[in-house]
Amino acid sequence: MPQKTLMLGNHAVARGLYESGVTVVSSYPGTPSTEITAAAAKYKGEIHAEWAPNEKVAAETAIGASIAGARAFTGMKHVGFNVAADPFFTASYTGVTGGLVAAIADDPGMHSSQNEQDSRNYAIAAKLPMLEPSDSRECLEFTKAAYALSEEYDVPVLLRLTTRISHSQGVVEEGERARRELPDYQKNAAKYVMMPGFAKLRRVEVLERERRLREYAETTPLNSEEDGCPEMGVITSGAAYQYAKEALGDKAGYLKLGLINPLPTELIRRFAAKYKKVYVIEELDPIIERHCKALGVGVIGKELFPEIGEFSQSLIAEKILGETVESRAFPEAVPSRPPVLCAGCSHRGVFYVLGKLGVMVNGDIGCYTLGATPPLSAMDTTVCMGASVSGLHGFNKGRAGGYESKAVAVIGDSTFMHSGITGLINIAYNQSNSLVIILDNTITGMTGHQNTPANGLDIYGEPAPAVNLEELVKSVGIKRVTVIDPYDLAETELVVKQELEVKEPSVIITRRPCALLKNYQKKPPVSVIPERCAGCKACMKIGCPAISVSGGKAAVNRTLCVGCGVCGQLCKFNAFAEGE
Amino acid sequence: MMNNTTSVIFAGVGGQGTLLASRIIGRVLLDGGFDVKLSEVHGMSQRGGSVVTYVKYGEKVYSPVIDKGEADYIVAFEQMEAARWLNYLKPEGKMLINTQKLPPMPVITGAAEYNADIIGKIAASGAAVKSLNALELAERAGSARAVNVVMMGALSNELGFGGEMWEAALSGCSPAKALDINRKAFKLGKEA
Ligand SMILES: Cc1ncc(C[n+]2csc(CCOP(=O)(O)OP(=O)(O)O)c2C)c(N)n1
Repeated sequence: MPQKTLMLGNHAVARGLYESGVTVVSSYPGTPSTEITAAAAKYKGEIHAEWAPNEKVAAETAIGASIAGARAFTGMKHVGFNVAADPFFTASYTGVTGGLVAAIADDPGMHSSQNEQDSRNYAIAAKLPMLEPSDSRECLEFTKAAYALSEEYDVPVLLRLTTRISHSQGVVEEGERARRELPDYQKNAAKYVMMPGFAKLRRVEVLERERRLREYAETTPLNSEEDGCPEMGVITSGAAYQYAKEALGDKAGYLKLGLINPLPTELIRRFAAKYKKVYVIEELDPIIERHCKALGVGVIGKELFPEIGEFSQSLIAEKILGETVESRAFPEAVPSRPPVLCAGCSHRGVFYVLGKLGVMVNGDIGCYTLGATPPLSAMDTTVCMGASVSGLHGFNKGRAGGYESKAVAVIGDSTFMHSGITGLINIAYNQSNSLVIILDNTITGMTGHQNTPANGLDIYGEPAPAVNLEELVKSVGIKRVTVIDPYDLAETELVVKQELEVKEPSVIITRRPCALLKNYQKKPPVSVIPERCAGCKACMKIGCPAISVSGGKAAVNRTLCVGCGVCGQLCKFNAFAEGE
Repeated sequence: MMNNTTSVIFAGVGGQGTLLASRIIGRVLLDGGFDVKLSEVHGMSQRGGSVVTYVKYGEKVYSPVIDKGEADYIVAFEQMEAARWLNYLKPEGKMLINTQKLPPMPVITGAAEYNADIIGKIAASGAAVKSLNALELAERAGSARAVNVVMMGALSNELGFGGEMWEAALSGCSPAKALDINRKAFKLGKEA
C-alpha cells in the first residue's frame, strides 16, 4: 500500500519532481516558494539542486538542462517571475527537450511580499500552459502531469501556487521515481537559436500549439466537474475551490479548473447551461470571469468578490448565501505584534546610525526592510530587489548632485548578489558619488537561511567557492571599499559620515553573521546595573526586543539577549554590564 | 455552513515552536485515520511577530483556513495572543492558555499597554478557559523550549485519542536528545 504522509504543498511539489525523474533544480529563494527547492535538495545524488544568484539565472539553468534532455525545474515567488520572464517568454518559442516546469507562488494577501500580482497574466502573455493545484495531493499529481504535458506539447509548463497551497499540509500518497533515459544531444539550431529568421517560424508553431492546447483544455482530467443543485454553478480553481466547497457544499455544482491557461470554452458553456446562476470564484484578477464574459456566458464574479487579498469560506458564505458567523470579541483593543529585527541582529546598529544622521535611505528587500519600522524608522524607499543601488544613482542624478552627501543605499548580501551588482556597475560607469552599504550577515536571512554565492557554502551546506565582495566591488571600478563591524556604533557612524563626504563612489560592507545562525558566537546576556540606570530610555531607540523598561529602569530579557553590546553603547551612564 | 470537521488554532509568537506542535498533532491525526489539513504562514511573521497555525481534521477537510467563530479549540502559547484570537472561537469552543507574557514591540517602547487580566476578560466573555503556566512546567521538565509540548499535553485531554498515539507522535517528532524532556513536558501539561 502506498505510504500516506502529511506534506506541505511545497514538499509535495518536490516529491512530484522526484517521482517525475527530474534531475536538475535551480531556484532563487522567495516566500512562499522556497521549501520546494530546499526539499528537492534532500534527494541528493538523484537530483542536482542549487540556489542560483537570481531567478533569471535559475530559469536559464533549467532551460539549459532541458535542452540537454534532462527534466528540469525552477521555482520562485510571483515577483521572481518578473526577473525570470525574459528567458521564459522566448523559451515559449523554443519549446523543450526534457520536460521543463516552473512553479510560481503567488501571495494573495501579501503575507510576505511587496505586491500582489497575479501570475496567471504571465501564462496568457507568454502563451504557456499553467496548472493550478488545490491541495497537497494535487501538488504532487499536477507536478507529474506538468512534465508529461511539457514533453507532449513541447512547451515549458507553469505551475501556479498560492501561499495557502504552498504552506498548507495535506495528506499525500507517495509513488515511485520514474526511470528516464537521457536522450543523445542533437543540435537543432532552427528550434533553439531564436534570431528573427528562426523565431518567425517558431512563432507560428507557438500559435498552433496554443490551438492544440485549447482542445486539450476541453477534455483534460485536470479540469473536473461535480454535479450539484441546479440553482447554482461555481467555476473556480486552486484554494478558492476549497473555500467554495466548504461554504456551499452540495448547494452548488462545480467546475474546478486545474488547467488555468488556456481555459476551455465548450466545457464552460456546457457547464453554465446547467445552472440558473453561475459564479466565478477566483482570488486576485478576474481572469476566468473575463474569459467567460468574452464567451457570452453570464457569470457573477468581481461585482461580488474582492480583487484584493485572500478569500475564505466565510467570505463566500456571506457573499452568496448572506450567512454570517457569530463570534465573540475581546472587550478592548489588543496591541499589534509586528515583526522586529531579532535581538543581536547585525542590521540594527546601521539603521540606528542612519536615523541619527538623518540621511535619505534607499532601501531594499530583506530582513533589513524592518529598518523602516519604528523606532528605527530609517528607510525612505523599498521597491524591488536591487532597486536600492540603482535607485540611489537615479536619486543622486535627479537631485543634480545636491544630495550625494545626504543619501545612501542599503542592500543585503544575498540581494546584492541577486541584482545589486549591476546597479553598482552603473554607479561606477555613469559616475555618481553614491554611497552603497552592503549589509553582509553571511546568509539569506529573510527567507530562512539559504546559503549565498558569497558565503562559501552550497545548498547542501558543503564548501563552495565564495565571491569576495570587496574584490568584486573594486573590480567594477569602485576605489573606496571599507569593511566595518556594525556592532561598533562609533566606528559605523564615523565611517558613514566620512564616506558620505568623499567625492567619488564608495561602498561600505558591514560584516557580522546573522544572530540566528547555528554557529553564531553568542555572548552571555548583558545586564542593567539599576543604581546607574537613569531611566532615560536612550537604549530603547534601537528597538531591541530584549530590552524593556519596567519600574522606570531598563531591563534585559536574558533568554533573548545574545550579548551583542549595542545597547550599552547608547548608555551615557554606563548602566549596562557585560555578562560573564 | 458544512462543518463536520474539528478546528484547532495554535496562536503564538515567532520562535515559540508552534511548528513542532503542529508536527506532533499532524502525526496523531494521520495515525487516527482522519483527513487532515494544517496551515501556517511563514515569512515576515517569524521575526518575533504573531504566528498562527490552523489544524483541521475530520472525514473530509476542504478549506485549510479557520475563520472567525469557527475554532473548537484555541491553544494560545501566550496571553495576549489568546486575546487577539478570541473572536475565532466558536460560541461553545474552549481556550487553552499559557499564562506566559511576551510583550510586543509597541508595549516595550511604551506606545501601548499590555492588557490587564486577559484571562478574566476571556472567561467573562463566556468562553470555556483552561489556563496553565506552561513556561514553569516546561522548565520543570528540563527546558524552557518545551512550552509547545506542555501545551500539546493539555490539548490531548480535550481531543482524546489513546496515550500510545501521542507517545508515538512525540517520539516520532522529537529530536533524540529532547525526547525525555518532551515526554515529561507532555505529562506535566496533561496533568496540569
Ligand atoms: C525578485 C525577488 N525574489 C525573491 C524575493 C524574496 N526575498 C526577499 S528578500 C530576499 C533576500 C534577503 O536576503 P539578504 O539580502 O541577504 O538580506 P537579509 O534578509 O539576510 O537581511 C529574498 C530572497 C523577492 N522579494 N523578490
